[in-house]
Amino acid sequence: MLEIKDLSISVENTPIIKNLSLTVRRGEIHAIMGPNGAGKSTLARSIMGYPGYEVNQGSVLLDDKDMTELEPEERATSGLFVSFQYPVEIPGVNNAEFLRMALNAKRNSQGLEELDPLDFDDLLTQKMDALHIDRDFKNRGLNEGFSGGEKKRNEILQMAVLDPKFAILDETDSGLDIDALRIVSSGVNQLANEQNGLILITHYQRLLNHIQPDHVHVLLDGEIVKTGGKELALELEEKGYDWLKQPSHS
Amino acid sequence: MSSTTDETFRGQEYAYGFQTDIESETLPKGLNEEIIRALSSKKKEPEWMLQFRLDAFRRWQQMEEPDWAHVHHPPIDYQDITYYSAPKKKPVLDSLEDADPELLRTFEKLGIPLREQKRLANVAVDAVFDSVSIATTHKKQLLEHGVIFCSFSEALIDYPELVQQYLGSVVPTNDNYFAALNSAVFSDGSFVYVPPGIRCPLELSTYFRINNEESGQFERTLIVCAEESYVSYLEGCTAPMFDSNQLHAAVVELVALDKAEIKYSTVQNWYAGDPETGKGGVYNFVTKRGKCAGEYSKISWTQVETGSAITWKYPSCILVGDNSVGEFYSVALTNGHMQADTGTKMIHIGENTSSTIISKGISADRSSNSYRGLVKVNKGAKGARNFTQCDSMLVGDQCYANTFPYIESQNPSASIEHEASTSKISEDQLFYFQSRGVSIEDAIAAVVHGFCKEVFNHLPMEFAVEAQQLLSLKLEHSVG
Repeated sequence: MLEIKDLSISVENTPIIKNLSLTVRRGEIHAIMGPNGAGKSTLARSIMGYPGYEVNQGSVLLDDKDMTELEPEERATSGLFVSFQYPVEIPGVNNAEFLRMALNAKRNSQGLEELDPLDFDDLLTQKMDALHIDRDFKNRGLNEGFSGGEKKRNEILQMAVLDPKFAILDETDSGLDIDALRIVSSGVNQLANEQNGLILITHYQRLLNHIQPDHVHVLLDGEIVKTGGKELALELEEKGYDWLKQPSHS
Repeated sequence: MSSTTDETFRGQEYAYGFQTDIESETLPKGLNEEIIRALSSKKKEPEWMLQFRLDAFRRWQQMEEPDWAHVHHPPIDYQDITYYSAPKKKPVLDSLEDADPELLRTFEKLGIPLREQKRLANVAVDAVFDSVSIATTHKKQLLEHGVIFCSFSEALIDYPELVQQYLGSVVPTNDNYFAALNSAVFSDGSFVYVPPGIRCPLELSTYFRINNEESGQFERTLIVCAEESYVSYLEGCTAPMFDSNQLHAAVVELVALDKAEIKYSTVQNWYAGDPETGKGGVYNFVTKRGKCAGEYSKISWTQVETGSAITWKYPSCILVGDNSVGEFYSVALTNGHMQADTGTKMIHIGENTSSTIISKGISADRSSNSYRGLVKVNKGAKGARNFTQCDSMLVGDQCYANTFPYIESQNPSASIEHEASTSKISEDQLFYFQSRGVSIEDAIAAVVHGFCKEVFNHLPMEFAVEAQQLLSLKLEHSVG
């Protein structure tokens, strides 16, 4: 279970996330929707422990283990994963070698033996084929010269290899054409199961045509202002967000 | 050092910062003809060698210290330096029995075991401590192949003709201020001669250690590869941590005859001074030059520069022979208050000569890192080709990276390419690694390794691993 309890986050002294609480159980898919600037990406990155964000109060618990004070890498090896909206390019670092490093970091933390390059390559090939990802991804630099769509698919590949307990997908649909969206969504659907939980962060309802959420939350100005089922997404598509905006507290 | 805490802390930053307490024989400070004569007679040198030194000294006195490099330091008082310091009990005739055990322990601590049963199997080592060579391993085995590998002092006694023929033939005594100084006072170093048609069966290496706080180290290396021969040579260097600066002014000369190949690699890790205050550290003012004298000869420089308060060196190739090849692969890392002005010169004289320059500069903290390179194509160098790639990486936002490329071509058939880039390790890149479970240290190592891969590929295997670890270690505290 992933529990976000009463979380408040500031960035450069400006409060961005305000008293936010959210619980995701295994097997559940949650969608967080909201307009630009609502704090969606800040929420995603703060769950991962982005340095430079200030946690003013609250906590993030993964299976009752407090993540709030942990380094990002410790959160990752505990089973959290964020698919970034804009994955960075890291020239010269081999994509496959990076993935092996990441998986072995996780295996180390679990007291498992590291995978050697050959065994890892078998695993990677299998994951890539399942996700219909071109094998030439292995030999490229990490996100180096990748198109927007390729980067998103690479994020999903990382998720497949690392097999997290809870994953937050930050605008995984943005910048994708219809075909790429279908490929990425089917990848996500393959990976979603009863043992893990997903949070989809998105602007648009269209992703939710491909991945069915159990719960939809509306994030406005750093707060969850409404929660509903998947029909809420359709309502938002039709009405926009303005009707949910409350007059600011005085 | 002021306190134990201080010492422990600094010890972690620089693992080779210890000083060995050892009985030394030292000439008085200062530089004059008398000192040079004393030095020369102490080493029982032939008369021509003394004249070579005196001639260099007289020229040096006429010269001015250069100021064009992009580095700053207080004036050096050349009369306040000790030009000769040698351990009293050094081994004779290669028997380590008589050596001060402290000396052998020092090299063992540095990872350079000299005792027969412990020494490295596939690498022959010449160990230089302050002004003198302590021991050279695997000498006999090499001689069976006709390969001469010994200290410079021994070479002057055993092979004076060879030394006289080539000494100063690549770097003339009056080449530059520091080369002239070195020519006057050099105390030891390594000599290598590979006879025609021989591929040297071992990696050769010299390990330089400065121990004395007030002595400079002025070593001389001369490597001659006769027709169709090959040698791979590596040098490593460390020094204790002192609050004062030590001067290291070396000269390296390489000569490659027809179809000969010399591969020269350096992993330089002199003490760089206190990372916070910038106090202390070695001034590394070095002249390294190779002459591709014969046709189809090749000289390849690979350097990993990670230490020294100031680095000032331009390992160069003079491509005289037709179809000769010069290469320069460099990683220069600066952190703390280090300053590096380094690069190369490729002088194309023969026809169809080609050169490759790959330079990777990494600057962190408050350091300054400059690449300075000259590609010169003479009139007769028909069909000369050069490719230069010069990349800088910045870590943090208080460091500097500069590039000073000079291109002079007097032959219209020459082809010269120059590529350059500057990048930065960003917090977002590191966070990306972390978010996948990889620690900051491993992340930096991976990014830097990715950046330097092309150069590391040219180092002998075991040193490539060492160089990579060295870089990661140095950058550990520089990011975040």
